[in-house]
Amino acid sequence: MSEESGKLQQASPGLLARALDSDVYHSFRRSPLAIGAAIVTLAFILATILAPLLAPYDPFDPSQIDLWDGKLPPFWEEGGDARYLLGTDNQGRDMLSTLLYGGRISLLVGFAAVLLGMTLGVALGVIAGYVGGWFDAFVMRLADVQLTIPGILVAILINGILRSVLPIELRDELAIYVVVLAIGLSDWPQFARVTRAATLVEAEREYVQAARVIGLRSGTIMVRHILPNVLRPTLVLATIGLALAIIAEATLSFLGQGVPPTTPSLGTLIRVGNEYLFSGLWWITFFPAIALVVLVLAVNLLGDWLRDALNPKLR
Amino acid sequence: MSDQGGLLDIKNLRVEFPTRRGLFTAVEHVNLTVQPGEILGCVGESGAGKSTIGNAVIGLLEPPGRMAEGEIDLKGQRIDALPYESIREIRGRRIGMIFQDPLTSLNPLQTIERQLVETITTHLPLSQDEARKKAVGLLDRVGIADADIRIAQYPHQFSGGMRQRVVIALALCADPEVIIADEPTTALDVSIQAQILDLMRELCRERSVGMIIITHDMGVIADITDRVAVMYRGHVVETGPTNKILGDPDHPYTRSLISAVPRPDVRLKRFPLVEYIESAGQTRAPLDIQNHWLGQARDFDATEGDLLRVEDLHMRFVTRNSLLPSARRYLDAVDHVSFSIKQGEVFGLVGESGSGKSTVARVIAGLYRPNSGAVHFAGGELTALKSEKEKDVYRRQMQMIFQDPFSSLNPRMRVLDIVAEPIWFHKLASSKAEVDEIVKDLLEHVGLGAEAAVRYPHEFSGGQRQRISIARALATRPRFLICDEPTSALDVSIQAQILNLLKDLQEELGLTMLFISHDLPVIRQMCDRVGVMRYGKLCEVAPTEEIFTAPQHPYTQHLLDLMPKLQALSHEGLEVEEPAIQ
Repeated sequence: MSEESGKLQQASPGLLARALDSDVYHSFRRSPLAIGAAIVTLAFILATILAPLLAPYDPFDPSQIDLWDGKLPPFWEEGGDARYLLGTDNQGRDMLSTLLYGGRISLLVGFAAVLLGMTLGVALGVIAGYVGGWFDAFVMRLADVQLTIPGILVAILINGILRSVLPIELRDELAIYVVVLAIGLSDWPQFARVTRAATLVEAEREYVQAARVIGLRSGTIMVRHILPNVLRPTLVLATIGLALAIIAEATLSFLGQGVPPTTPSLGTLIRVGNEYLFSGLWWITFFPAIALVVLVLAVNLLGDWLRDALNPKLR
Repeated sequence: MSDQGGLLDIKNLRVEFPTRRGLFTAVEHVNLTVQPGEILGCVGESGAGKSTIGNAVIGLLEPPGRMAEGEIDLKGQRIDALPYESIREIRGRRIGMIFQDPLTSLNPLQTIERQLVETITTHLPLSQDEARKKAVGLLDRVGIADADIRIAQYPHQFSGGMRQRVVIALALCADPEVIIADEPTTALDVSIQAQILDLMRELCRERSVGMIIITHDMGVIADITDRVAVMYRGHVVETGPTNKILGDPDHPYTRSLISAVPRPDVRLKRFPLVEYIESAGQTRAPLDIQNHWLGQARDFDATEGDLLRVEDLHMRFVTRNSLLPSARRYLDAVDHVSFSIKQGEVFGLVGESGSGKSTVARVIAGLYRPNSGAVHFAGGELTALKSEKEKDVYRRQMQMIFQDPFSSLNPRMRVLDIVAEPIWFHKLASSKAEVDEIVKDLLEHVGLGAEAAVRYPHEFSGGQRQRISIARALATRPRFLICDEPTSALDVSIQAQILNLLKDLQEELGLTMLFISHDLPVIRQMCDRVGVMRYGKLCEVAPTEEIFTAPQHPYTQHLLDLMPKLQALSHEGLEVEEPAIQ
């Protein structure tokens, strides 16, 4: 016990030092797969954020697009042009630039949708778990009903309703928000379930009872005491949910329900390219599809690793 | 210890656990010998390495633990270096094991018969019928009535004590030479604990089995062992006959450990000699209540007489819910209980697990709403208050200390924020600087340094966390403190420190306390008056001395009979308090 009194004399380490000393970080360092996945994901995020600097062209600027340059293959193919490394699409846009800008929209929609689904799900889950009663029953049955329908169908349904409500001239402009809303709203039940289960456990613990004895109101207890302690499991869900949301966006766009071709995401690019696939213009579909697969795989692997690292039974 | 060796010899054992923070040596230089028919007790506090010894003997060290040095001999044959198959053969066949939790030691999906017969036929050359006959005989021997019928039942059909008997039968299946029992009675109630210990001693003598009992409980040691090895931080600090160790210990650690054991027969002023184990490293200065924050601005009048009055309290839980009221099942956790606590008094509630004592505390603290009955506190009827604002006045005056130090502090908050929260909520200070000052002062007061404020709860040990809990409870300047088993999760020496602290605070601040415990000796040390609870009913209420010297209710007498007497314990350095004249 002298080591404990020794510990008392040291200053408390800072947040960064504690993070670097944590079990999660050590498990990260020991997992080459997780490091690889993190590098790929980070590279992807950086590349898309820096798209205006990295991309040779601006695919949204009509003055830079020349229809005569359309349907050029990648530079190493016969008839390729060194100006367009990965070739051009049917409208003459540089594939590499479009890919970078498209990935930007995919990631943006993915993050925003997960954030929306998580916020909604966690909030409902904590309240349902802590308050209980009819509210709990109502929220959880709603989640059950929604979970019986595949997520993508729910997203298509919400998307369809929102689009039909919007005036036509705003549809393309607001498409991206509609997609975020649709995917986010299709995503919340899982977050709500996991959070509610964790809340039920935490609410029984003595620090919550101590807070009640002090007299703290339910709202304060939920925000200050329960919320920080139930976020851990949702972190795993959020990571895997990000991969799913990116796929959901791609699916919606592929089906023509997502973002318009003027601001293409990866899914839109795949759809456009799909029409030309059998006329030999493989690159229009191939590159966005590969990018999508690599990104989703990396995020998924990261989520898998995080789930194992946070599970004390597997340590 | 002689060189010719005994039944089981552990020689110069060292067990290491490589971790990413370096090599951790769990036990070192351990030499122990068990003779046939002898019970060796291995006692120590958590983390002393006593379970590691047992696991090393049966070759079940948890990876990455490994035996780095030493040898283990069974009847002169070295067994630790044997190949895995041979160790497996010895384990169960020649060395039996009894673990702490009878719930997890039995397979819930198999009948008792199947588990016993399988174990017997694995180790002994017997037919199914012979094995079954032997199994029934064993169950009969460990005191299970109608063994012939009950053998076909599943573990869940047995009570906790009965299940532990089955586990003992399971350990005896192959007629082992040595039995290792790791905390065999810790999960059981006192009344069952006594029976199980008696049974183990009888079996040990009758079959001349050597037994190692690993425990933290001095009562178990005094009850059943012949010799004791005292462990401290991976070392055996002292070995000897039980009477010698308990009555006249040599090593200073043993002495301080024994002085920290709560006595059932006398009431002490304080627990002495705890310095050897003192981990907080802080001495607390006595408090001048007149000039201290804790004594200021007492917005309540000094009530004379009863501070708390509980009237006909009734609380039931639904154990089976149904739409039809007639099909619902209830458990009466608190069954029409009435008592009162005087200003400045420490009132104890004692009872076995499930007796409803914690539920009473939670109803008083406002965590549960009773089905009927009333709680009067400082002139107000708590159970009649509706608005949160009205309740806040009383909440400030009443605080609670919980049992489990590992779950009673929010792991995501700094100690400073934990202790400051009630001060902010009840607006007991106006500025951040003032609050910080009060928190630091409180932490120093409960025997932690002020520098503890910037740390997180996981950096502290169980006893230190309980001190933080106490600081948080004091932060509202309460006059009434509910202590719900405040030390039952702690080691005995840490328990002594916390009880000393609670005694000091009670005296200095003139606190009134409701002290709940299942442990009669602890109750005797702490309380002025005691209520005995059983099945949700209050059997008897009397001054502590009367309860211990002249119990009236048969259940109280029964509880006192089962209490370990510990008369052999050394009385060195104890300061006995004269019984107060009521």
